[in-house]
Amino acid sequence: MTENQNNKICVVIGASHAGVNFAFALRREGWNGDIILYDADPILPYHRPPLSKAYLSSEDGIDKNLLKSAESYEKEGITLKLGIKVSSINREKKYIVLSDGTEQGYDKLVLATGARPIMPPIPGLMSSNNIFPLRTAADVTNIRTCLAASDLKRVVVIGGGYIGLETAASLKKLGAPVTVLEREERILARVTAPEMSAFFQNLHAENGVAIFTEKNVIAIESNSEEKVVKCDDGASYAADIIIVGVGIHVNTELAASAGLTIENGIKVDETAKTLDDDIFAIGDCTFNFNPHYNRFVRLESVQNAVDQAKVAAAAICGKETKYDSIPWFWSDQYDVKLQMVGLSNGYDQLILRKEADNEKCFSAWYFKRDRLLAVDAVNNAKAYVYGTKFIKSGDKIDKAKLVDLEVEFKPIHLLAV
Amino acid sequence: MAKITFITSDNESITLEGSSGSVMALAVDNGIKGIDGDCGGVCSCATCHVHVRPEDMEKTGTASEIEADMLELDDNADEFSRLCCQLEIGDHLDGVVLRVAK
Repeated sequence: MTENQNNKICVVIGASHAGVNFAFALRREGWNGDIILYDADPILPYHRPPLSKAYLSSEDGIDKNLLKSAESYEKEGITLKLGIKVSSINREKKYIVLSDGTEQGYDKLVLATGARPIMPPIPGLMSSNNIFPLRTAADVTNIRTCLAASDLKRVVVIGGGYIGLETAASLKKLGAPVTVLEREERILARVTAPEMSAFFQNLHAENGVAIFTEKNVIAIESNSEEKVVKCDDGASYAADIIIVGVGIHVNTELAASAGLTIENGIKVDETAKTLDDDIFAIGDCTFNFNPHYNRFVRLESVQNAVDQAKVAAAAICGKETKYDSIPWFWSDQYDVKLQMVGLSNGYDQLILRKEADNEKCFSAWYFKRDRLLAVDAVNNAKAYVYGTKFIKSGDKIDKAKLVDLEVEFKPIHLLAV
Repeated sequence: MAKITFITSDNESITLEGSSGSVMALAVDNGIKGIDGDCGGVCSCATCHVHVRPEDMEKTGTASEIEADMLELDDNADEFSRLCCQLEIGDHLDGVVLRVAK
């Protein structure tokens, strides 16, 4: 039996995947005190991944994309305080201060502050209109509105990461001419192997989206007709709309000024607890230990948000718990579904398994010696699922069998003997 | 309009009415325990696994290829398993009974 939390208050800062899932998980774990969720975003909490994918190219309102219905919060006794910023934390007296100066006490505090898009200090970037990041529902509304009002609809996407590429694919689907500019020598350089980068570069080319690499944007010039994106090699690209997808800043300021440890994110232990026994942190904003990879990592993903939310909820209710998830991610671009499991950093061998008869169905298996670190599966849920099973079990794979299409593609037939 | 019954792991039986959207969204909106729908309904997370009552399989149909592959993540999957984000609500689903997977 866990202790009774009647009259106790759990305050959550940040109501996206991590914060919302935490609130519901906390109730499920038996917390019977108050749960109050704060977020600066005024909209009922919504799914973020579809924003750059299906949601962007649809006509759906955000009501079709909510994490939970308004009634669900009511039913579970979860109080949502939206459109409100939190300005500081007083750890000693256990209260937070809101931007309007009011205070809210807590017994347990959960930081789910997430991240915000980097808007790089490029001359002209902040001073021009029609330049958008893509992280919130409001960003999507702005992009849709701008696109609808533009005659030529020429889009330049700065940044060839997942957000940039997904946005490019979605806007292309809406009929916009799209160009992507990437600073590195290949797209997705930070997160995937050169073979995968090449595949996605081709995929975009096939769909009529031009991707230019080694393009360092140095200025954005605007006149009444258009904008011109200028690069340091002399190239320039005309645009009506510019999307900035060059990465994120973790929102650690609140935690830092409260004296919590910041190391690439808010540092937490395996129960999502910070150095303060009454303050937990979950989701994109955390730097947490992953036992499968034996190192601290910071992950920007739904999986990490949801799994840390569950762990923190259990821990706060006094239950034995430990974060030990294998990370997973997905990306949808055109007719391609990419599913990723594991973390490939430090791999020394990449094995590509191509399925028969379909060049858009394959998988990339990242190994470090005999150990499978990660799998990127393109239109190949089987490979994703089997990769997950192998990473979980630690069973060794016979690499020759993995690429042999004569061998039935089932974990049991791929085992090394 | 379709009436859909969910049986949770605590053997609680809850009947909901829906006219559009996915069965997963209906379940999440109504807080059906065990249906998480973490990926928002794009067949990427396998957190909306249900077992269809055998006699209702005719109404729901069987899992698609990607769905069947994703279901392999769960050792409890069987021939009646579906990821309910892939079940679009319509009159054809009226009366189906879904047991939420453990």
